[in-house]
Amino acid sequence: MRFDSALASVGNTPLVLLPRLSPSETVRIWAKLEDRNPTGSVKDRPALYMIEQAEKDGRLTPGCTILEPTSGNTGISLAMAARLKGYRIICVMPENTSAERRQLLAMWGAEIISSPAAGGSNTAVRVARELAEEHPEWVMLYQYGNPDNAGAHYAGTGPEILADLPSVTHFVAGLGTTGTLMGVGRYLREHRPDVEIVAAEPRYDDLVYGLRNLDEGFVPELYDDAVLTGRYSVGSEDAVRRVRQLLDEEGIFAGVSTGAVLHAALGVGRRAVAAGETADIAFVVADGGWKYLSTGIYEAATTEEAVERLQGQLWA
Amino acid sequence: MAIEVRIPTILRTHTDGQKVVTGEGKTIEELFADLEVNHPGIRERLVDDGGLRRFVNVYLNDEDVRFLEGIATPVKDGDSVTILPAVAGGMG
Repeated sequence: MRFDSALASVGNTPLVLLPRLSPSETVRIWAKLEDRNPTGSVKDRPALYMIEQAEKDGRLTPGCTILEPTSGNTGISLAMAARLKGYRIICVMPENTSAERRQLLAMWGAEIISSPAAGGSNTAVRVARELAEEHPEWVMLYQYGNPDNAGAHYAGTGPEILADLPSVTHFVAGLGTTGTLMGVGRYLREHRPDVEIVAAEPRYDDLVYGLRNLDEGFVPELYDDAVLTGRYSVGSEDAVRRVRQLLDEEGIFAGVSTGAVLHAALGVGRRAVAAGETADIAFVVADGGWKYLSTGIYEAATTEEAVERLQGQLWA
Repeated sequence: MAIEVRIPTILRTHTDGQKVVTGEGKTIEELFADLEVNHPGIRERLVDDGGLRRFVNVYLNDEDVRFLEGIATPVKDGDSVTILPAVAGGMG
């Protein structure tokens, strides 16, 4: 494969069968390896697409400053694209995200504004909104509400999966901004009306949820529950157990959130087996494990020890 | 046996600080009505106009009940129900 620049090489990632973790020969699980993008995560797709669409409609012009609330990957992708395209970028990030993510952002030239750990990404969104009001000249692409986030997956990820796996019956991904699920979900449903679109969301320990007020929760503007057929909440223990299993049994080194997605995909697979159905289940490996090495979960002797090391951290 | 319900920090003022309580009922709606008996005030924090409040997520054995039958979702002894505030997150 040959490309004219690193940016042009975003997407067209491998779809890999998991021969050992698939429950049977007729219920198969396929990993879409999004860590194979230029900065190592699925976020290269929406970041580049949001920037290019904003350039097309004139919201983003040379010399602009980009502002974005991000727990890491989107910021890293935006920072890389911003550097190559000559924009300044400021990321608002919860203070309890991993050291590697901060280093990567700094490496790509992003400026980081930390938001309080309490409230996690919700707080980062609020802080970014306040900054945007103080600096109306800054451009907030705002991944949680920008239709081009889902648009990147409608244009890229969805068609790639259908082309590689025309028999796809289920698509499973992390919820996050909901962009991946909305974009891929809409595309696949247009071509496979019976496809099931399943979300996996991280369930953190109490330290992360803190005293979140039930009346001030946050649902990304992109979210349309009509696109989904199911939604699972996956705790740290299951996520860590699965991400270690993916490494041990299939040789795939993925980030912690992928463990949560795999857990949901395996649950879906188990149901298909129980119902006597055939299934081709595609799930997203959002990033590799590199950025989470400092958590110690990969080399911990037991899953219990690994879970202990993850306490209080935003792992997705 | 009963149904185990995990309570988020913000609602533990209704449960004397307990993280996990138990209740009974044939549906989520009945379960919440049963919780109200021992933990007054909790039901209205969860339910509004006969449905779940917008920023409240309820999971039956890890599956969001909005994709099952909402508060009419059947529950049985031994099930685990988790209540959580809606949050952003996930690889953002």
